[in-house]
Parts: sequence; structure tokens; C-alpha cells
Amino acid sequence: MKLLKLVPDHTNLDFMRWRNLALVLSLIATVVSIGFTVYRGLNLGIDFVGGQVVRVEFQQPVKIDELREKVAQLGVGEAGITTLGNARTYQVRLPKPEGPDSASNQVVSKLRAAIPRDYPGARVDAGESVSGKVSEELAQDSAMAIGLAMLGIAIYIWFRFEWQFGVGALLTLAHDIAMTLGFFAFTRLQVDLNVVAAFLTIVGYSLNDTVVIYDRIREDLRKYRKMAILPLLNLSLNETLARTVVTSLTVLLALGILMLIGPQVIFGLAIAIFLGVLIGTYSSIYISAPVLVWLGVQPDSFLKTGEKDEAEPQTA
Amino acid sequence: MLDFPKWKVWLIALVIAAGVILSIPSLLASTPYASAWPKWLPQYKINLGLDLAGGSHLLLEADAQDALKQRLQAKEDEVATELRRDPRIDIGDISTAGGRLSFLVRDPTQVDAAVERLRRLSQPVALTGNRDWDVQVVDSTRIVLTPSAAGTAQALKDAMGVARDVVRRRIDPGGTKEITVVTEGGNRILVEVPGVEDPEELKRLIGQTARLEFKLVDQSADPAEVQQGRAPPGSQVLPMADGSGFIAVKRRVMVSGDQLTKAVQSFDSQTGAPDINITFNTAGARRFGRATQENVGKPFAIILDDKVLSAPNINEPILGGNAQISGSFTVQSAHDLAVSLSSGKLPVKLVPIEERTVSAELGQDSIHKGAIASVVSVLAVIVFMLVTYGRFGVYANIALVVNAFLILGIMAMFNATLTLPGIAGFILTIGAAVDANVLINERIREEIRRGRRLLDAVDTGYHEAFRAIFDANVTHVISAAIMAYFGSGPVRGFAVVLMIGVVTSVFTAVYFTRMLVALWIRRTRPRELHI
Repeated sequence: MKLLKLVPDHTNLDFMRWRNLALVLSLIATVVSIGFTVYRGLNLGIDFVGGQVVRVEFQQPVKIDELREKVAQLGVGEAGITTLGNARTYQVRLPKPEGPDSASNQVVSKLRAAIPRDYPGARVDAGESVSGKVSEELAQDSAMAIGLAMLGIAIYIWFRFEWQFGVGALLTLAHDIAMTLGFFAFTRLQVDLNVVAAFLTIVGYSLNDTVVIYDRIREDLRKYRKMAILPLLNLSLNETLARTVVTSLTVLLALGILMLIGPQVIFGLAIAIFLGVLIGTYSSIYISAPVLVWLGVQPDSFLKTGEKDEAEPQTA
Repeated sequence: MLDFPKWKVWLIALVIAAGVILSIPSLLASTPYASAWPKWLPQYKINLGLDLAGGSHLLLEADAQDALKQRLQAKEDEVATELRRDPRIDIGDISTAGGRLSFLVRDPTQVDAAVERLRRLSQPVALTGNRDWDVQVVDSTRIVLTPSAAGTAQALKDAMGVARDVVRRRIDPGGTKEITVVTEGGNRILVEVPGVEDPEELKRLIGQTARLEFKLVDQSADPAEVQQGRAPPGSQVLPMADGSGFIAVKRRVMVSGDQLTKAVQSFDSQTGAPDINITFNTAGARRFGRATQENVGKPFAIILDDKVLSAPNINEPILGGNAQISGSFTVQSAHDLAVSLSSGKLPVKLVPIEERTVSAELGQDSIHKGAIASVVSVLAVIVFMLVTYGRFGVYANIALVVNAFLILGIMAMFNATLTLPGIAGFILTIGAAVDANVLINERIREEIRRGRRLLDAVDTGYHEAFRAIFDANVTHVISAAIMAYFGSGPVRGFAVVLMIGVVTSVFTAVYFTRMLVALWIRRTRPRELHI
């Protein structure tokens, strides 16, 4: 059987030649992403701003305007109605009512009673209501969790490698998170707790490639002590390229399937991780590795003074 | 590399067999074959989260204001009872304003004695060295009791424990349902009830404090004053439950709901209206009998949560310990109140601050779509690995399938909860678990290109790849652990699957495949490697 080789043997791409161009592009993309996130804002779900959501499944397709009118007649406040994949499934989102938190559930009950009356056979599939207090805590906890995860992983990399690698990992993560946030701001996809879980996963998984590449760079630094840093990084990247491509493809394959035919409820989670893995693959090559050059890593950077004298290239 | 002792082979086989056996009951659940699983084999099952099983999730928070109020009221009763005992000390002008209990001692010579008796009532708070109430004398005749911070904290903690039990009894009087009622963060209670799609039912049961009190109506009060909210000394003004105005009642409690043994919904024998039949315990019945005996002809008020349900006349002494509570009830509200009264009063009012429900249909749909997506993902990855690595791809694929069983088996063993994001975690793990094999196989390819001999190449491949595999997996565990710590319900389910998946995938992708490769090489002694 002829085996598939996505990356031919002896591939030798000069990745580092484009590092400055890639840096400029990454910087622009990051700035644009942050700009989008700040100015356009994220479409935050009720998990983070409070409010109520009802998910309804109709027997027949229903026109969104008609549904909006019906909901408006209930006098439950300004409703945001969005379709979930098809014309039979809708999400009705209502603002968090004023006054005591305990009142917040009455509107959901109202819809629960009214919708099957207006549309026979319609089913209220899910109802959620989150008070302002809880949503504030959830938002704080989520931000803290993402921050802690990034920090924790950067510290781990620092311990296992060198501080330059830790900084590189942190910058890579920041880049990946910023880009994914920008995507969510741009598409107006709703950000809920599941998406935060996806961000935490990205923190873990987008670093997967970085760790593998760093491991190889460390190995090559020890092996080829006379080699200049740029060719050495190129060598490490090329050596790990086949693995990078194959792994990213398997993960993207599995996630792509989940995104396309999986439950709609976790579409946001699936697409966020999908994107994170894609961006992470790019950044492990064009952020993680060049950062080491800028931080002045040289083949003899990590040798102890005594070791330097006896440093001689080992043969593989 | 070839050195793979028999006991290791057996150990690995044993682990895999255990994983498969443990996972099967969960896979068979809700299929017609569930009963075909032999009874003598382990029956562990994975729990389904509410987002898959359907049901209601409620987060309740204690109303701190109400907790303080209830505590002051209880203290007032305690103080009144204590000082009424021989030698009796008369007090007046009782007030609970400002979060403190204060009253006048009528005879100034008794102030010291009163303070002495009240100090004895206060309790030391465990480990803090403080007492739960501070007793002070103000203006030489007024005694002020202030709850100490330590006492209040302890009281809240105790109240939450009681509240949790009360909530459980109210939702599940029979104690048979698989519900979750746990305290969270000191002042919250999390309630999860599978199968209940409309949480209104739950909230009706939990929403009532259900503090029932019987007090005499103060007939001396001037009706005009009462409507203004002013009551004579020793009395208080309470609203009528039906909104028909206010009524003055004596502060002293005749009997309270704490002395109930039973409450059932019934119908009034004359009007046919729904009411509630209550039965007092022995002490309560005696107290109720004595109070009604002493006050024949006078009206008494039946008070629920500081609202007067009704104020009937005592026509004759009620000695049997049975009484009817009537009010403007529906059958439903009378039934709910009966359940609430039987389960005891809530020591603190609980307010819902978060509520999530999922219908069983949506849950079923999620399971269905999630299962299909999982199977398709596994198949896609298997095909991809096969065309990329040939024989070594087959090994990776066997490891992948074994890994899937191990994840399910471990989850079943720990009775872990599978949530919808958990299914996503499962698929992600499938996609990422082969990474270890990719790393190993690519390294072997590389070593062969460098001209190493077959055995040496395989050995180096496994050895050199392991470092990166280990580091990469530690980063996954860090993010998953943080997720498990901060996340709630569904997200925690995701993190749990990721963590289990990381551990099992290192086992299957590294140790298990190495065993397969070693056994193959030992058996066939291949000259060259097709990888």
C-alpha cells in the first residue's frame, strides 16, 4: 500500500525568511481583532450579562416577524429573536427584568405558556434565566480562568524550557486568543459559557504545536551548537512539519465533523476550538519560533560556562 | 524495545478488558439490549447531565436580610419565654429595629438579674471565642441584644444546612428521586432535578418560607391606628394575606409550625373549599389546647410568613391537637403549603438567581447527534491514520478505539457526569489522542531516513517523542484543571472528559501501541519498515 505523505521527505522550507512579513501581518490581524472586540463588542450571551432565553421548536416553519409580533403582544419587553439553524427552531432572548432577581423567571413562564397556545405542537426546549449578580460572577470567573490558564502554562514552559520559551508561549497564546475573540466579534456569534470552555481548550491545545516545536528546537540547539539560529529554527520547523500538518488535520477533521453534524447547542464551542487549532498551528510556526530570535536565543545560550568550552557538535 | 515481559502484556490487557467491561452498561443504557447485560458483571453507569437528560437547574441564594429578621424573631421568643419564667421579669417596648433586639425592663431593680439570665442564654461560637449575642444595658433600664458577626456567620451556616434538607424534603417528599441539592459558596443552594421541565413547580415549593404561627388578635387596638401601622405595646401590625387591610396581633406566639407533625391538604366540610389539616405534636397540642381554653370567644390569627391567613373566633377549646387552616386557597396552593409545612419551615428565605431547564426531547436530540458525530469523527480519523501510516496507523487506530472505551469506563467507574460539552471533549480527545502516535510515527520515519536500522529507529522514535508528548499533555491538564475548578455544570463535564482523555490517551497511544509494535517485530522480524 502506498502511504500518504502530505509533507514530502526532505522538505526544506525557509520559514524564517518570511518572519518579518508574518510578524507584520500577525500584528495587523491582532490589532484589527482587538479593535473589533473593543469597538464592536462581543455578542455576550445571558451567561455574562444576565437575562432570559427561551428556545422553541415549532412543528412548521415560522416567519421570524410573525413570531416577533406574537412575543411583543405578551408585553415581556424587547425581545431578540434569532433562528438556530432552520426556520423551525428559534431562540427568544429577553432582557433581564428590573427589580428583584426573583422576578426574573416569570417572563420565561409566560412564554412557556403562550407559545404552545399560539402554535399548536410547538415545544419549549430550553429556558434559562440568569440574574445580573450571577452573570457578573460568571464573567469574572471566566476571565480569571482564562488568565490563570495562560499564566500557568507559560510558567510550566518556563520551568521545562527556558524563560524565553515561556515568553514565547505566552505571546503565542495571547495572539491566538485575540484572533479568536476578533472572530467572535466580527461574526457576532454568541459568546456563552461553552465558548469560554473553548477558549480554555485553545489555551491548552493551541500550545500543543508550540510545545512540540520547542522541544525539537531545544534538541537541535544541543545537537548543532555551531549552527546559526535562523537555519536552526528552519531545520526544527521542517523536521516537525509533517507532524504539525498531520495532527492539525486529524483534530480539524474531528472538530469539523462535530461542527457540521453535531448538536447545534455546542456549535459555538466547536467552531471556537476549530479556529483556535487553525490559528494555533500558524502561530506555533510564526510567533513561537521567531520570538526566540528576538529574545536573543543563540545556540550556546543555555550552556553553563564550563560547558561552553567543551561544547562540540554531537553527531546524530 | 523488544523486551516486553509477559506480565506487562497481561497487565495492559487487563486494564483494557476492565475498561471495556465498565463502559458497556453506559453504552447499552436506553437501548433495548440493556437487560441483556449479565447481572454478575459491574453495573457502573455514566450519569447524564441535565443538558442531556432534560431537567431543571436552580441556583438559590439566601436572603441575608430575611435570615437576620428570622433570627431576631426567634431570639425575641426565646427572651420572652425565659423572662416569663419564675422569678418573672416584666418587659415592654420590644423592638427589633436596626437589626438589634431591645426592650425595657419595667422594674429597674431587675435589670441586672435579666442581663444575667440572658447572658446565660447566649452560646459560644465554635472556635472563635466569641458569643453569638452581645448583651448590653443602655440608659440603665433598656437591654439591647446585638448579634455578633461570628454568631451571624455561624447562624447562616447552620441555616443553610437546615435549608438544604428542607428543600430536599419539599421537592422529593418520598426521598426516591435522583435529585441533587447541595450548598455552594456558603449562602447558596444548587438544586438539580432531572425530568422536571417547568421549574415553576419547584419554585412554588421552595418559594415559601412556611413559617406558621398562631397569635391572639389584639382587640384593644384602635382600628384607625392599626390601618396606620401603629399597634399598642406588646402587639404588632400584620397585613392580611388577601390584601384586605391590616390587623393587630399580640407579639407572643401561642403555637408555631415547629410543633407540627403532619399537614395534609383537605376540603372544608361546610364550604367545600380547599384547606389544610394540621396535626400538632404532643407539646404543641397541649400548648394549643391550653391557649384555646384560656381564650374562648376571642379571635386568633393564623399567620403564614408574616401575613394573616385568617382570624377565626375560638368557639371552644381545641384539645385534640388537630386544626384546619383555611384561607383563599386553590387545591394546588393548599397542597403546596401542606407539603411546605410538613417539611418544616425554611430557616432563611431562598431567592432563585439562576435557572436553566432543558427538555427531555432536546437532550435526547443532543445525545443522538452527539453520538453520530462521535462515530463519524472516529471513523474519519481512523481512515486518515490508516492511509498515512499503514500498519502503524492500524496500531494507532486500535489504540484509539481502546482509548474511547477506557474514557467511558473510567467515567462510569467514578459515576462521572457526561454533559453536552463533554461529548465535544470526547470528540476533541479522539482527534488529539492520535497526536502522540503521529509524533512517534513521524519520528520513526525521520530516524529511518537518517539511516538508522529498523529496531533502533522504532526505539528512538518512542523514546524521543515521549518528552514532547508529556509536555504537551501537561499543558492540556493545566487548562482542563482550571476549567474544572472555575466552570459550572456542563463546562466542568467537558473538563472532566478532557482530563480523563489525556491520561488514557498517553496510556493507549504510547504504552499500548509500543506493546503492539514490539509483539509484531518479535513475531515477524521484519527487514524493513513501511511507514
